[in-house]
Amino acid sequence: MADFPNSGARDIHVTADPNFSVDTETTVLGADEIIINMGPQHPSTHGVLRVKLKLDGEKVVGSECIIGYLHRGVEKIAEHRTYQQFAPYVDRMDYVAAVSNGLGYCEAVEKLMGVEAPPRARVIRTILTELQRIASHLVWLGTHALDIGALTPVFYCFREREEILKIFEKYCGARLTTHAFRIGGLQYEAYDELEADTERFCKDFETKVDEYETLLTENRIWIGRTKGIGVISAEDAIAIGATGPVLRASGVEWDIRKAAPYAAYDQYQFDIPTGKNGDTYDRYLVRMEEMRQSARICLQAIQNIPAGPIMARIGKVLKPPPGEVYHAIEAPKGELGYYIVSDGTTQPYRIRIRPPSFVNLQAFDTMVKGHLVADVVAIIGTLDIVLGEVDR
Amino acid sequence: MKRYKNRFGDGIREAWIDRKQSILVVDAAQYEEIARYTRDDEQFNLLADLTAVDWPRREKRFDVVLNLYSFAKNERLRIKVHVGEKEQISTVSGIWSTANWLEREVWDMFGIVFSGHPNLTRILLPDEWQGFPLRKDYDILTQDTAWIRENLGIESGQ
Repeated sequence: MADFPNSGARDIHVTADPNFSVDTETTVLGADEIIINMGPQHPSTHGVLRVKLKLDGEKVVGSECIIGYLHRGVEKIAEHRTYQQFAPYVDRMDYVAAVSNGLGYCEAVEKLMGVEAPPRARVIRTILTELQRIASHLVWLGTHALDIGALTPVFYCFREREEILKIFEKYCGARLTTHAFRIGGLQYEAYDELEADTERFCKDFETKVDEYETLLTENRIWIGRTKGIGVISAEDAIAIGATGPVLRASGVEWDIRKAAPYAAYDQYQFDIPTGKNGDTYDRYLVRMEEMRQSARICLQAIQNIPAGPIMARIGKVLKPPPGEVYHAIEAPKGELGYYIVSDGTTQPYRIRIRPPSFVNLQAFDTMVKGHLVADVVAIIGTLDIVLGEVDR
Repeated sequence: MKRYKNRFGDGIREAWIDRKQSILVVDAAQYEEIARYTRDDEQFNLLADLTAVDWPRREKRFDVVLNLYSFAKNERLRIKVHVGEKEQISTVSGIWSTANWLEREVWDMFGIVFSGHPNLTRILLPDEWQGFPLRKDYDILTQDTAWIRENLGIESGQ
């Protein structure tokens, strides 16, 4: 360190992990199990996920996920903010689907207070949330294909995602961490061309999804890399708590938008795509179809945005009556739940966030066993995790 | 709820409906048995969430809270158990395997011990971290300064 007095470099003592050892005696040709480390800085882990893989040759026989690198203590912060002050924080969990996070939080607090957002606000919320679902799935598709070795889709996906982010920007000024909704409704009235922009995007988008599909769906390499990889049965998926596209690809037709409609979903027609085999390929097909269905919902919603107020009558100071509520929405990644306990003051007594990525990631070990090292990146990609949400 | 009362009697301490949501408070001694009954007979096969709430002034300071969902009935149910600071509670990870990580997170944040858990270690915080951050007596500015000094080489994480 003495050579670089101004570099800021320090002596860092790294203690060896006692469980982490490679027995060189037996691994050469003796081919017993070895343990290798992947991440937390590996590009295919979509953030800072570290995985310890136990290998027999090239076959994975066990795994352990090490998480927490992005832990910021969001739930603790919540207890020291007012209900409104906490709203922007939820955008920073699943940062590729900030609008969905905000919707879940606002609706949970509304349920706690016993108020409902006005119809106009609910429809606009639905439109923006479905656009966000498309944007989130586009990030998933681009990076997932990139991990597996298909370079082109990511350019196409980000091209369309850009259009959605422009709509967000026009609506609220922000692209990523939008803080688009407020407790009780909306802060901003829809801008004049919101309907036109949404319509133009959604009508074009049909052909765009077809375009992605021509690149992948019947591509021999894609099929070879995804079919039969990371299979999880419906029973296992339910036991492990997997929700969202992961559960639907295993054949369970369950979507909270239908099972317990929130926002304005009860007014629109849409299908719940399901898979049969519960493998990576089916999860791919399910998400592709979900994007089409989201565009379909948006097109229906812009036909008839009711007039009226955008904010419910609530005071400036929110004091929800004591009690508790659990409210779940269908976020792009699965069930996003908020469990809020109020003690009657302006600050929540406890907020628990049920993150879909965290729970889905637990299925990784079941899915990866028996596959090759090269499939690990495919399985991490297919789970569609965001580490900001896993670690909170 | 009536079925629960009939079957478990005093095992169900309280039962009420808050904002259209059913809540049961169950006895810690019968917790595992009730959990199994809930999954098998009442068909609540998805454990959506398992968490805890700290009430430091109460005699048994923690609530362990389970949020359950039944695909067959399209219903949700919440089960709570009161746990004291020095007490242990049995794990439900054998009943819903999703409880494995969720219970680890509760241990990490609240320090509640789940007896019989296959791997009760910290999950979000570093293994050597001292203290349980989501307890109410853990102030928001509190941190494990010794750990930070040793591992990050800085005086404070603030």
